[in-house]
Amino acid sequence: MEKVSILLGKTVQKISRVRGNGGSALPGLVIERTNPNFIKKVLEKLPYGVVVISGTNGKTTTTKMVTELFESQGLKVFTNETGSNFVRGVISAILKKIKISGKFNYDIAVLELDEAHAVKFSEVAPIDYALILNVQRDQLDRFGEIDHTAAYLQKVATATRKTVVLNREDPRVSKITAKNTVFFGLSDALVKKFPSDDDLLSHNKTKASSKKALVTLEKLGDKASYSIDGNNYTTNLKVKGVYNAYNAAGALAVVKTVLPDRNTDELIQSLANIESAFGRGEVFTINGCEVELLLVKNPSAFQLSLASFVDDKHEYMIAINDAIADGRDVSWLWNVDFHSLPIIKMCSGTRATDMALRLKYDDIKTAACIEDLKQAVTKFTSSSKQPKRIFATYTAMLEIRKIISGKSLV
Amino acid sequence: MKLKILHLYPNEMNLYGDHGNILTLIKRCEWRGIKTEVIEHEPGDLIPDDIDIIFGGGGQDSNQNKIENDLRKIAPKLKELVENDTPTLVICGLYQLFGDFFETSESEIIQGIHILDITTKAGSNRLIGNVVINTPEFGEVVGYENHSGLTRLGKNSVAFGTIVKGYGNNGEDMTEGAKYRNCIGTYLHGPVLPKNPRIADFLIKKALEKQGKNTKLEHLNDAIETRAHKVAASRPQ
Repeated sequence: MEKVSILLGKTVQKISRVRGNGGSALPGLVIERTNPNFIKKVLEKLPYGVVVISGTNGKTTTTKMVTELFESQGLKVFTNETGSNFVRGVISAILKKIKISGKFNYDIAVLELDEAHAVKFSEVAPIDYALILNVQRDQLDRFGEIDHTAAYLQKVATATRKTVVLNREDPRVSKITAKNTVFFGLSDALVKKFPSDDDLLSHNKTKASSKKALVTLEKLGDKASYSIDGNNYTTNLKVKGVYNAYNAAGALAVVKTVLPDRNTDELIQSLANIESAFGRGEVFTINGCEVELLLVKNPSAFQLSLASFVDDKHEYMIAINDAIADGRDVSWLWNVDFHSLPIIKMCSGTRATDMALRLKYDDIKTAACIEDLKQAVTKFTSSSKQPKRIFATYTAMLEIRKIISGKSLV
Repeated sequence: MKLKILHLYPNEMNLYGDHGNILTLIKRCEWRGIKTEVIEHEPGDLIPDDIDIIFGGGGQDSNQNKIENDLRKIAPKLKELVENDTPTLVICGLYQLFGDFFETSESEIIQGIHILDITTKAGSNRLIGNVVINTPEFGEVVGYENHSGLTRLGKNSVAFGTIVKGYGNNGEDMTEGAKYRNCIGTYLHGPVLPKNPRIADFLIKKALEKQGKNTKLEHLNDAIETRAHKVAASRPQ
């Protein structure tokens, strides 16, 4: 049965690729219909099991960190590509890698799944470990309400066979229950730098939770200091942004949970060299000037990005789209405090004017507002040699990336 | 000149950028030289007598439970203020609770505070998307809705507007929101005031009139507001 499915899936994959469909969801759909146990049977054989990473913010870069940390320890890691983080996408990714003989030559799977898809995944496939990063306001038009999102993650935790790694400082995550739980957290001094969703709205400053954490981010300046199992480790990080330094604590916690006996110093050394995922702080050089592209998906991510990436050396552009993948509702812009920004050289995207309007009410001036991203990027990047930063929602980021590479300006 | 704005439950009822509504009131006063003071009302607080504008937003279900008792306690005061023509804007969750009752999916009745003559029943689907309505007082109004409660208007309330795009009160009778005296109840987030500055100015003007100051509101340059309004109205539902 498996061999028939593999053959069938691979054939569909080839045909749909020839027809220019990119071969993403269709093969998964075919297998889902004809052999619903396929995904379970393949993943059950992995010696170290399946790790699922979920939460609102930071999934992609964290998945990359966890994957590379396991690889640094000699494990062969199966992971899903960005944009295929749903059950069918995972099946399609398996089909690409599995041999016709049925050989699936990996030690462990590390999968990025968003909250709703993680629940669906847990119904058809085994989850051995889950890393739950945060529950923040994101695309409420898709999930309804933030408490529903937390309920999804509870279901994922309940379905997890071994251990769930939880963010201690996020109130909706830290109360999740599971067979075994392990926490990652922050020192008291850092808690106020990381507003949880409730903090962001009420401006209350909370203290670090008193639950015992396996990994805590203790200090963050030029270097990051982690406390792991009671020992201190200080390191440089290539990933940028305070939130990535914190998600790294989650990544370390899940790796230490799966591989408790491995040398922590080695893991820290590997962590230091990991770079951000695609579109997360990527730097391009256009006309001799540096342009950094920063993804902003929701108020907490935007707020943290502003805290990490606003200075007087750069010029700024903000691109807001309202496609389904960005969230149709742009109300969330009003939950971000923009006072730290200087004048914004350009607002763009389908909701460029919404952004300019939001800035107006925080007394921030917008120099130009062009909805068309191509025109906006061209004008913004040719205006001066000063280094630049672009904050962009998901589809705006993809479009800008295409514009920059399409123009061979990279 | 100074206006006191009562913000009901800013910590519990704050979904969908409702803070933007308060900010809009503050800035549109500030740009005209009118001072404002925002009184953040949390459960247990007393409501001062000299309130000029009342605002309340929506919250998720779990937070709504936390404020219901307090809301019933302050209901007589709120009712008195609304009956005295205090300009009021309530959105989504508090719009529903300003009505007669909310019937949950388990047929449990949650009593409202009977300021607006509306009743709401839990629905099985969420009504989500961009909304455009026509209103008699403000012309076209744009916003975004996300609710599962289905609201029906009683005899004593009139709709805030008529649906052009979107679902509105219940997805059936083409009504959106309710209006009674100077109190507007609506499902529109967005937030609603920044892209519909006429409503913000209505609340400010009525508040000043109540203080006996019949000054004409100074005109503001609303070019960005108008453009953002037009874009929002043109987006798919």
